[in-house]
Amino acid sequence: MSNSYSVLRIFSTLLIAMCLRILPLSSAAAPFNPDWVLLVLIYWSLAIPERVGIAHAWVMGIFVDVLLGRHFGQNALIYAIIIYTCLAWHRQLRQFPVVQQSAFIFLCLLFSQLLLFWFKNVYAVGQNGGRFWLPILSGTLLWPFIYQLMRSIRRR
Amino acid sequence: MRLLIAVIASVALLITEYRSERLQPLRATLSVLTDSLKYAVDLPVSLFEKIADELTSYETLKKENTSLRQEQLVNKAQLLKFDALEKENIRLRALLENSFKLGEQVLIAELLSINMLPDEHIMVVNKGTRFGVHPQQPVLDANGVVGQVFRALPFSSEIMLITDPNHAIPVQVNRNGLLTIAVGSGMSNQLNLPYLPSNADIRPGDLLITSGLGGIFPAGYPVGIVDDFPQTTNKSIPRVTATPKSLLDRKREVLIVWSSNTLMPFTTPLTKTPADNEQ
Repeated sequence: MSNSYSVLRIFSTLLIAMCLRILPLSSAAAPFNPDWVLLVLIYWSLAIPERVGIAHAWVMGIFVDVLLGRHFGQNALIYAIIIYTCLAWHRQLRQFPVVQQSAFIFLCLLFSQLLLFWFKNVYAVGQNGGRFWLPILSGTLLWPFIYQLMRSIRRR
Repeated sequence: MRLLIAVIASVALLITEYRSERLQPLRATLSVLTDSLKYAVDLPVSLFEKIADELTSYETLKKENTSLRQEQLVNKAQLLKFDALEKENIRLRALLENSFKLGEQVLIAELLSINMLPDEHIMVVNKGTRFGVHPQQPVLDANGVVGQVFRALPFSSEIMLITDPNHAIPVQVNRNGLLTIAVGSGMSNQLNLPYLPSNADIRPGDLLITSGLGGIFPAGYPVGIVDDFPQTTNKSIPRVTATPKSLLDRKREVLIVWSSNTLMPFTTPLTKTPADNEQ
């Protein structure tokens, strides 16, 4: 009973994260929209590492690629690598205070955005100013809130 | 180990999609799920619009109806003239033994209000391969060219706007037929014209229309208006920009165009009304 329940919970939070990813924000707020799916995936991989694996992250990445119209495999690759590091260090990361965790999230998001930047320049004309890097900032700042929110969802 | 498999699988997918179209069916299948998410996110906005529509009073509707009727009358009168011009044009071309391409069909599609990637000028509309939409179709609105279909999925399609930095559209100056290419600037209100010689006869306020070269966009649709640029007498080339005619960030309805590739014979009477030649 609790088993299928938690699966449902993981699935629904990921679906909501995907919706948030494509939320129609105003043009001023849109560049700040962080990678919600990745943040939620990181939370679940830290909270229940025995249930969320690299395969899940990879499949989610494929869906996000389709959702955002990116080339297949970009987000899949990024998510797999980041979730791998989270799983490898989940014991230490869970002990960290929020500030240190946020620092780790910052590094994860930086890595993801760097890879996306590189993919973008491989495939097409790269044309982005500082706005491209804003999701890292917003994601890091939002992490403590996401963490608390997700924890209350998990414990309920 | 698992990470290695995931990395290899991702790289394999990336390379396959870069090299061929083989993954298109897979994307179409997966898109059924993601498209339902897109429609779900769009739902509040479209619902709000529908309710606002329902709540408009009889009085406003009546007013709108009268003004639209008048507008239609004016447009019809203008179209009559265009019809005559069109036929005259065909006759003249027949004298020159030149072929004439005519006949376009359109499909009205609605933009989904979702935000894919803020730094890329790609929009999603609610018509896909179910309606016969296919990549590289031109997309217009009432004012001018919007862009082209970039990727068609079963229930939605992605449209690349003419302002995307990866988009270029062959245009000509309506005043004198000067041919050039308008490249997207990455800003929603600007196009760049980088391939102009320094002595090009182009002035601020010139209308740019599609030239029909390149085979994607039919000729004659308005694209943009040339912006002010400093007139220099020396040899330095001024940086010429243009403002798109279409209201790229305000419109919700767009037209997806099918241009028939069969050449119209000169002698038989025309059956289709041309939606062409707005200027």
